[in-house]
Amino acid sequence: MAESAAARTVDVLTTDGTVLPFEQAPLFNRLGALCVDQLIILVVTGIIVIGSLLLLAGTLGAHVLSLMIVFNFVLRNAYFSFFEVRGGGATPGKHWLRLRVISRDGGALQPEQVLVRNLTREFEVFVPMSVLAAPQGMFPDLPPWAGALCSLWLVVGALFPLFNPRRFRLGDLLGGTTVVSMPRTALGSELVDAPAERRGMTEHEFEFTSAQLGQYGIDQLQVLEDLLRVHDAFEHQETLVAVLRRVEAKIGWDTPTPEARAREFLAAFYAQLRRHLEQKALFGVRQQHKREGRLERGGSPSEPPR
Amino acid sequence: MTTGGRFELRSAQFRRERQASWQELESLLQRIENSGLGVLSHDELTQLPLLYRSAIGSLSVARAISLDRNLVQYLTGLAQRAHLAMYSGRRRPIEGAALFFARRFPQLVRSFRIPFAIACGSLLAGVLIGYQLTRHSPDRYYGFVPEAAAQDRTPATPTAQLRDILYSKPTEGAALDVFATFLFDHNARIGISCLALGFAGGVPVILLLFSNGLTLGAMAALYASRGLGGEFWAWVLPHGVTELLAVVLCGTAGLVFGAAILFPGSLSRLDRLRTRGRDAGLLVLGAVPMFFLAALFESFFRSLSQDPGLRWTVAALVATGWVLYFVRGASRG
Repeated sequence: MAESAAARTVDVLTTDGTVLPFEQAPLFNRLGALCVDQLIILVVTGIIVIGSLLLLAGTLGAHVLSLMIVFNFVLRNAYFSFFEVRGGGATPGKHWLRLRVISRDGGALQPEQVLVRNLTREFEVFVPMSVLAAPQGMFPDLPPWAGALCSLWLVVGALFPLFNPRRFRLGDLLGGTTVVSMPRTALGSELVDAPAERRGMTEHEFEFTSAQLGQYGIDQLQVLEDLLRVHDAFEHQETLVAVLRRVEAKIGWDTPTPEARAREFLAAFYAQLRRHLEQKALFGVRQQHKREGRLERGGSPSEPPR
Repeated sequence: MTTGGRFELRSAQFRRERQASWQELESLLQRIENSGLGVLSHDELTQLPLLYRSAIGSLSVARAISLDRNLVQYLTGLAQRAHLAMYSGRRRPIEGAALFFARRFPQLVRSFRIPFAIACGSLLAGVLIGYQLTRHSPDRYYGFVPEAAAQDRTPATPTAQLRDILYSKPTEGAALDVFATFLFDHNARIGISCLALGFAGGVPVILLLFSNGLTLGAMAALYASRGLGGEFWAWVLPHGVTELLAVVLCGTAGLVFGAAILFPGSLSRLDRLRTRGRDAGLLVLGAVPMFFLAALFESFFRSLSQDPGLRWTVAALVATGWVLYFVRGASRG
């Protein structure tokens, strides 16, 4: 888990020495962005072909054709570079799917890098596409087996990302760039700041001893956090109750809490557990996992720790 | 023995104090991401680096003291977005291109003298060998020149017809620009694939240059055997100087790329590819406009001037221009 997770992030070191772990974009999203961009190119080219045919058909004839060839070349080769240089690393397709091109060394994305990473597109996208569209047309002079081998070699460029663990495209490799997903975590509300706790109402009812809090670690705290951040789901109450009962059993809670107050209990437990764990972390002890076993009723350990 | 709930949690207090500045940064980022840095006012622009540094600082603190996962994730995301906004490297594309051709391109070519010499050598060797072999036995011509490239120029063609091809007038003016753009598209794509061929260690690049040289040499031999050698070169060189130079530059790029894979030196292959790959790609980028110029020359100038003397002069001028550009261009500083 840790290893594959490490392979999927690009750590960028800021000037003040903080590491920003950028998340590598999934291959599927990148393919989607590519399709959107290709579609835009196709539509624009189509509109211009039809437009110029309608407007200029009689008068210019062959000149339109030559303009078309140049225009198509420029559009096909410059579209990606233009938008990635101007738009800070995102073509319209990438912008839409919230992807960005970044420089792997963490510095500013240089225009050169963008140009180089888009140079190989011809080899990676257009050549394999024409190979797949007309396999026998590529090498008419060769015997079929040799033609098939050559076609296979041409498709390798497109499949290159599948053959390296970090899913680099050939162009990314050359340009020293990579495509990352833009983060989209919204800031949730402060769970500990809940009014009930601030008013000090909870202390009589849901008050936990440090032995009880010590049963759980950071992992469980954050599972509990995820649970408490969900508000709307209807079946959610069942989950809350199930968790409530497990916590009660684990910490040896005396009286079963009524189901209706499950959220209240868990919120109080979360607040105190976080305080407990954060205080320990300040002194250099990060308790990541929960303890084995459970406490007896009343909150004393089933067997003395020492 | 309780842990007490009456005092505010340090991480909650930290969050309460900083939250406003995070949200301010977030709203700035939202606008930058949608419409670029230009939409910010002067004050907001000066504010951005401060907010960015404060967000980075907050992230470090949050990682140390807060176990609120949502908070840490949010701050990480905020810092990442701010980092990209600060170091986005948005440029004006035109300005970058001008700078590249004025300074970087000639310097780059000069820094790859050895691969350039190898690429040149492969092409010249092809020309010489093709020429010599075809002079001695004209039948080899069919082996060196593919049918598509020959276009009725074979040892069986009468001399008069061969000469006519050199001086053929365009039948209709309109077709010239179509021809030019077709040539450009075709040649530029060959140049770009030269770079990709470097992926296979650079060997196919040398082969490609050599075989193109063979074709040219064989054709020159055919014309020379009819006493048209000088006129053939006068026909080829005005555009050929630029075109062959561009092909050689693409070949150089392929060799640089191939060498980075075969001989990464003290760096890892990935790192070597990153530094050398960029240079190789830039060489090809510089060569693409050269193909464009060559195609324009090929279709317009060649049909418009019929005089071998004028053709030679132009070829010499173009060659001098390129030599000056690459040898002297941006050599100071």
